[in-house]
Amino acid sequence: MKYIDSSLVEKRMNKRILKNNLSKILFLLATLFGLVVLVILIMRVLIEGLKWVNFDFLTGKLSTNAEQAGIMGAILGSLWLMLVVIVCTMIIGVGAAIYLELYAKKGKLNSLIQTNIANLAGVPSIVYGILGMTLFVRALDLGNIVLAGGLTLSLLVLPIVIVAAQEALRSVPNSLSEASYGMGATKWQTIKRIILPAALPGILTGAILALSRAIGETAPLVVIGIPALIIPFPGSIFDKFTTLPMQIYYWTLDSSLVAEYANLAAATIIVLLILLFMLNATAIFIRNKYQQRF
Amino acid sequence: MDHNVNQESINVQELIQQKSMSQKVSHKIGKMIPSILFLFAAVSILTTVGIIYTLLSEAIEFFKIVPIWEFFSSTTLKPLSQNPEFGILPLINGTIISSIIAILVAGPVGLMAAVYLSEYASDRVRRLLKPTLEVLAGIPTVVYGFFAFTFVTPIIRSVWPDVEATNILSPGIVMGIMIIPMIASLSEDALTSVPNTIREGALSLGATKLETTFKVVIPAALSGVIASFVLAISRAIGETMIVTIASGSSKNFTFDITESMQTMTAYIVEVSSGDAAAGTPIYYSIYAVAIALFVMTFVMNLLARAISRRFREEY
Amino acid sequence: MTQTIAKKNESVKHLPRLTTVSNDRLSKQKVVYQVEGFNLWYDETHALKDIELSVYDREITAIIGPSGCGKSTFLKSLNRMVELIPSVKTSGDISYQGNRILDKHFKVEQLRTKVGMVFQKPNPFPKSIYENIAYGPKIHGIKNKKILNQIVERSLRDAYLWDEVKDRLNENAYGLSGGQQQRLCIARALAIEPEVILMDEPTSALDPVSTSKIEELIQELKSKYSIVIVTHNMQQAARISDRTAFFLNGEIIEFDLTESLFSNPSDQRTEDYITGRFG
Repeated sequence: MKYIDSSLVEKRMNKRILKNNLSKILFLLATLFGLVVLVILIMRVLIEGLKWVNFDFLTGKLSTNAEQAGIMGAILGSLWLMLVVIVCTMIIGVGAAIYLELYAKKGKLNSLIQTNIANLAGVPSIVYGILGMTLFVRALDLGNIVLAGGLTLSLLVLPIVIVAAQEALRSVPNSLSEASYGMGATKWQTIKRIILPAALPGILTGAILALSRAIGETAPLVVIGIPALIIPFPGSIFDKFTTLPMQIYYWTLDSSLVAEYANLAAATIIVLLILLFMLNATAIFIRNKYQQRF
Repeated sequence: MDHNVNQESINVQELIQQKSMSQKVSHKIGKMIPSILFLFAAVSILTTVGIIYTLLSEAIEFFKIVPIWEFFSSTTLKPLSQNPEFGILPLINGTIISSIIAILVAGPVGLMAAVYLSEYASDRVRRLLKPTLEVLAGIPTVVYGFFAFTFVTPIIRSVWPDVEATNILSPGIVMGIMIIPMIASLSEDALTSVPNTIREGALSLGATKLETTFKVVIPAALSGVIASFVLAISRAIGETMIVTIASGSSKNFTFDITESMQTMTAYIVEVSSGDAAAGTPIYYSIYAVAIALFVMTFVMNLLARAISRRFREEY
Repeated sequence: MTQTIAKKNESVKHLPRLTTVSNDRLSKQKVVYQVEGFNLWYDETHALKDIELSVYDREITAIIGPSGCGKSTFLKSLNRMVELIPSVKTSGDISYQGNRILDKHFKVEQLRTKVGMVFQKPNPFPKSIYENIAYGPKIHGIKNKKILNQIVERSLRDAYLWDEVKDRLNENAYGLSGGQQQRLCIARALAIEPEVILMDEPTSALDPVSTSKIEELIQELKSKYSIVIVTHNMQQAARISDRTAFFLNGEIIEFDLTESLFSNPSDQRTEDYITGRFG
């Protein structure tokens, strides 16, 4: 006696195969969904904003009058902010990574710091904003200047830089440091002259990606209290400032009052996305050109 | 030849000996390096301590004015009225509802994308599609906010006129789009780490790819998939700009997704960008809200890690 | 050289005192390394047991044995590179030129300045050929460009690499072939004029042509340097070395003049190994 009725199995088979093929299409569509949204989003921004991106807009001062508004101040603010973030995260992040990867004994303290870094990466950015406001703006009394914003964003992206730098340091083969020790080099000489240079492309790639995360952040800066309208251009890290995302935020909010603000927001988004694109292209370029295959 | 004579005259070891004094100084400096680097590593610990300390110390001030029990049980939030009332429940409600909408969008789409990438796509297609998803993850949230407010909301309202100009539905959906890459890539990692022998077992019995995926591969990778969902929800809970821009600032305790609702993050933005003077209850209230936010995301992250650790032990 | 080989019954087993070596030429050799009762543990694993061995000036000492017998570990103990593995513990005594190098206060950097090392796989730095050679002198504070130029040229000449690379000193060392890379690594070790060169299976990753070039080079270097070479190629040990130590399971089974060890091993296990019965 047969338990399996093969004619029934056969009858069902076609249905099963059809289901399989249909679902394959469905899954592909789901994967393409993100791409489609991305295209719509960019199209939308271009349609709304491209006409507004011109020389006057890029070099002009902020203004409540939509026709006269320019974003030079926000561009400069974002650039100054980048400077603070890249300096802080490169020094602290790479330093911490070197310590954790090359000096720290594998023990409780080390794993505590590692877990802590993983946890920090999951803390919402707005909480960093509150820390920055309390610590840098109020307690240290810096006010809402570039430095305060930059330090806040540095703390925010520090975990990303540390993790990326650790990975880059780990990828430098032991044989290189052995060769260096074998010549009588000290540990620090070996790190400075052999390990760091070899890991640098990886470190830079990670740092630039972290930078592009920082440069798109808005929430921490809102909490720090970056005002909506700053007329003078920031000339140093001790000046008050605004950034591209901040302007996008304020113009979007007020677009229900003044319709043209939506266009200004879109135009600013174009500038921000170009900036981000350049950063990412640089990271990819460094990775492909200088990454050493050991 | 004269060249060679010159060469013989160099004695490297002697030269090294001569330099050894100046080398000693630089070696001494080198000995201090680990301590300096340790300070850098300690910055991460100090950040955590700083976050917890600032949140707690200011929140304690708040709870001196508003009883902690009232704060966590009241559904009325009127920080700006003459007789301010501080109940966090409307904010938690807004946060949870927006996150649920987000995960309803991102869960199925992200998981299907993960299945496609890990089970169906050829190497070439995968290499083409994955970076696109990463681009989606790299778009600043304020841009998504703009997108939700000026594009998605008008579309929703054109088909569903009841929806208000600021509502929780539109930012919820856009937030979902934002976290699709996260779910897709983390779930894909989980799916790809399922050993091929398991797939072969099912396929050799005549199962279709679809059946293999849903009856064998996904169950085997389930904890990794769930962990990716939990992480994505945690991300949605902490997301600020999309909801701040597109969901308005209504503090009503409601379940109607067509209405404006405020999330915890949006409340912090509203209060801190206003003129709340230091020392007033409303100023302190953002710390109390921030603690709730911090704890919620922290617990979700720990949970995700615990779940995915279990998953690693399975094979 | 082949005329000066000890006769079989004069074989020197287990740490020959200078006086016990009857051979004329060899007995005059100065001892560079003296290893006495040296033990090494990885965690609980007793990897080297009661090692007794001497390394003589301007000789090639070969260390042979099956893989995992501890020969590389021993070599790396000679310049304390073995300490890069955190769980290592040692006891006993190794003295170099009369200095006890296992002392806590002994400066390893100083030792490694006098004792160069060449590794199993060529490991040039991802820098230019020039910078690879100049690295050693530079870390020891020699910055004079003229002197560095001369050191680089001389080291490359000594490693028989000069003619092949003199026109591309500023190119990345990774562009060289495997054999060239290994000679570059030897040149790099020569640049600080060490007294001893430790070689850890330097030809195991190379093709036969490159191998024979390196072997020739090692023979040449003997006139200036003492060389300790780990190899699992017995023919190589027989071809190039003056003395050979046979390691098995972390012990020295036999240490003798190469000729006697290969022609008349005094231990059955040595004989089994060199006749290919195991390993």
